[in-house]
Amino acid sequence: MKRTLFVIAMFGAAPVWADGNENLASAVANPHWKTECSACHIAYPPSLLPERSWRKLMSGLVKHFGQDASLDGPTAQEITAFLVNNSADRAPNKRAKKVMGSLGPNEVPLRITETAWFVRKHDEISASVWQRPKVGSPANCAACHAGAERGDYAEHRVRIPH
Amino acid sequence: MTRFIILIAGFLAYGAAQAVAQELPQGYLAQARQENSQFREFSASRGENFYHAKRTHSNGKPVSCAACHTDNPRSAGRNEKTGKEILPMAPVANKARLADPAKVEKWFKRNCQDVLERACTAQEKGDFLTYLLSIK
Repeated sequence: MKRTLFVIAMFGAAPVWADGNENLASAVANPHWKTECSACHIAYPPSLLPERSWRKLMSGLVKHFGQDASLDGPTAQEITAFLVNNSADRAPNKRAKKVMGSLGPNEVPLRITETAWFVRKHDEISASVWQRPKVGSPANCAACHAGAERGDYAEHRVRIPH
Repeated sequence: MTRFIILIAGFLAYGAAQAVAQELPQGYLAQARQENSQFREFSASRGENFYHAKRTHSNGKPVSCAACHTDNPRSAGRNEKTGKEILPMAPVANKARLADPAKVEKWFKRNCQDVLERACTAQEKGDFLTYLLSIK
């Protein structure tokens, strides 16, 4: 119960937070989304890509960035619905609006890192930082955003490993 | 009392998971016989060879099960693309491993495609599971 109250309090507070402090966790997380999408990487926040991107990505899981990530039909459908319902087009947070605003009408990015919003937010990070062994690539959110799994990308909690 | 019940439930769940894992290879037996009339029984040593066998993927890169899961199935591996940790393959080192047949099939489908670029045969699956279960 305490936890529920805490979660409600967190989401209740979300709209007044500045862009840099906003929590990106969806109000109601889907357990299948969580377990399936976090098997090989963190379960990326649905609100960082538009509906059209999630639909395209979920229809190509057999070759998912070079790896087979195929799911059975019902599970894929359930996860797609969750992603779409919490996508950048539909999520009520400010950051989702900024992501949408950064995309051209015909742009269908399959990587969050391809969005102009992501590039702008990380423009001070040099190529050598991305290549550090403890970082590896821009897809490894948790390397610098320790709370990424919980949707916490607050700027003041960023710690870049050396 | 609650703690005691949780403890008992834990033991029961653990025992059930072990039983599921032990019986997994049997589930591939009929199909293995169907695929190959010469087939007699699953072999841990064939499974071990299968696990370590290296081949060149059509993308030019060397691939094997062990490349991501390490040469020792008791050790944690790493996803070669994302770097995310993969818990040990051997049930002796990871109690949750092989406890869910649907999950086992899901990963056979994915990883056989990633490594062999084809589906695995029932014999390959049974040999491999027998190998993992033989690790103490």
